Amino acid sequence: MVTKIAKAGPSVEDESRVEGLLQLPWNCSMRALELPMRALQRLIGPHRMPYVFVLPNLLFFGTFVIIPLFINFYYSFTGGTELFPEVRPYVGTEQYEILMDCEDHTDPFSCREDRFWRGLYNTAFFVTFQVLAMVLISLVTALVLNRRIVARGFFRSVFFYPVLLSPVVVALIWKWILQREGLLNALITGSGGEKILFLVEPGWAMFWVICVSIWAHMGFYTLILLAGLQSIPKDLYEAAEMDGTTRWRTFWRITMPLLWPTMLVVLVLSLIKSVQTFDEVFVLTGGGPGTATQLIVQYIYDTGFASQVQNFGLAAAASMILGVILLILTLIQMRIGSGRAKM
Amino acid sequence: MFDKTLEFLLRRRGRRRLHVTDILTYVYLALGVLMMFGPVLWLVMSSFKTQAGLVEFPPRFFPYSQQQAEVEGYDKPLPLFEVAMPDGSTRVMAQARRIGIISQMVDPENPSEKIRVRFEDRRPIRELSFAWENYVTPLQQFNFLRYLWNSVLVTTVATFVTLVINSMAAYGLSKYEFRGRTSILIFIIGTLMIPISVILVPVYLVVTKLGMVNSLWGVILPGAATPTGVFLLRQYMLTIPDELLDAARMDRASEWQIYWRIIVPLSLPAIAVLAIFSIMWRWNEFLWPLVVLTRTEVYTLQVGLNAFQGELQVQWHYVLAMTVVTLLPITFVFAFLQKFITTGIASTGMK
Repeated sequence: MVTKIAKAGPSVEDESRVEGLLQLPWNCSMRALELPMRALQRLIGPHRMPYVFVLPNLLFFGTFVIIPLFINFYYSFTGGTELFPEVRPYVGTEQYEILMDCEDHTDPFSCREDRFWRGLYNTAFFVTFQVLAMVLISLVTALVLNRRIVARGFFRSVFFYPVLLSPVVVALIWKWILQREGLLNALITGSGGEKILFLVEPGWAMFWVICVSIWAHMGFYTLILLAGLQSIPKDLYEAAEMDGTTRWRTFWRITMPLLWPTMLVVLVLSLIKSVQTFDEVFVLTGGGPGTATQLIVQYIYDTGFASQVQNFGLAAAASMILGVILLILTLIQMRIGSGRAKM
Repeated sequence: MFDKTLEFLLRRRGRRRLHVTDILTYVYLALGVLMMFGPVLWLVMSSFKTQAGLVEFPPRFFPYSQQQAEVEGYDKPLPLFEVAMPDGSTRVMAQARRIGIISQMVDPENPSEKIRVRFEDRRPIRELSFAWENYVTPLQQFNFLRYLWNSVLVTTVATFVTLVINSMAAYGLSKYEFRGRTSILIFIIGTLMIPISVILVPVYLVVTKLGMVNSLWGVILPGAATPTGVFLLRQYMLTIPDELLDAARMDRASEWQIYWRIIVPLSLPAIAVLAIFSIMWRWNEFLWPLVVLTRTEVYTLQVGLNAFQGELQVQWHYVLAMTVVTLLPITFVFAFLQKFITTGIASTGMK
């Protein structure tokens, strides 16, 4: 996918804008590094220079991803409220036992950490409906945008615009619309209905959390699906038209099979993103009412950072479980990816 | 005229007749515009309403506020009303005071003339007015300029660091054969799917050890090396012919000079895409800054806005105005670079 940039690439004009913005500090620092780098090259020899180029990045990865991964694993086997691992007592699998301690695993309220299980179930519910609805809406939108329409670029941008907005802004925009005296309730009472407390009733809160996150992210998937649709050879459709094939049949026999690889990518990508949802929901409902919209990432954040007693061990154990879920999804994606490469 | 407009709107590429599905298409697109822009437009309009205008139910689209007039003998400006007189005519009068359902009205021109009217016989006179004070007050009082500055700083510095170290790594990994290259590549791609939410606690620990809690560096550095960035740039750099590098080496260019004088200028399209991504990621980042930044003077705009709406739940007029301030920069960037952004994202398939 990546190598397509050159073809579908941005226009020269846009490029020069970005270029001008970044060039000055860039050139200065690069030029300043020229002498020391030449000295270094003389010292270690040109064949070792690639290590110099890769080193800064590896340092960052090591410090902020790899080391934390191992610490996280260790953390999940320790207790207490201290931050530094060397003073935390080793407790074995106690944190996992706390998380798993349930009388009945299908009923979150019978669990010792009922908020964790609520988080898991809420996330499962959220992910199922958000992903299915979003992929469907994105597909319909992409199909519409792929027709012969005027101002396609404009409409494409319209659907993409919310993707750029920050989750906090998205949540506040909708909070304002959904509040008791908000626009939506005005429309409802205007047409003779009763006011609904959208963010106070658990069912409605979950419904709107899903809707808002679809609103915020669908443009991204629409864009990918549209790119997939446009890569289907036009002569296939022309041939179908000559044979007098109906549109419906053309869709199921040509469009869908050829779009399917892109669909799978979109499905898995949105699934992985969806499991990690935090920001919009946190600002929109704060996980409430009660724990009705509290998702798994919020449980980790609350347990580790927002509660009175910062329980890092429990948060780490919960995030290990989230990590395993994501790992499984990623493996599925890799399988699909390799299957796709063969096609 | 109307026919012409309609003809233009419904004109299609190719000369086939208009099909019913075409009408459905445009209906769908119109609904899409309404759904996507409507909420934002509503936010912008609401942000210009006064506190009184905001609690009005049902709400109006445009920000109206009641006209007021200075009347002799009264300290404060009085609200103006249109009063229905018993003889059927209407007069513009100011309300001096209201007791229950009876209002005492005065004539603004002639303050000595007072009449009593019933509550339902008067209608407020409104005018379109934009409550700029919604923007001015919080920007002075609540440190929003500080948050804005912090966000700008985080976004620019982080993007710069990201571009430098990722393009260096991509160059090293695409243009050299060296021991350990494959393992480094696997290592980098392996981290592709580890989100910050999974390693929240230990990254916080690392940042604490480095003394960067409550510092903007604590926000900037952890996300600087992005596997997606390395991957994207490397794929692009692989397409640059090696002969160019050999020719430069003949001319006694150092490896560093080859990197920044040849490779970087040639990979500009990919670097620009990464720059846009980085700006988007950093400007909108929320969970990580929320964890690292606990003192208000280092808040970024997103964290500041969240804290602000938590504290001032009732003061919607300020919250809405500051939300608009937060979304403006990204909207401008999008307006100028929208084609670039959408084609860039469509061609790389990442976010």
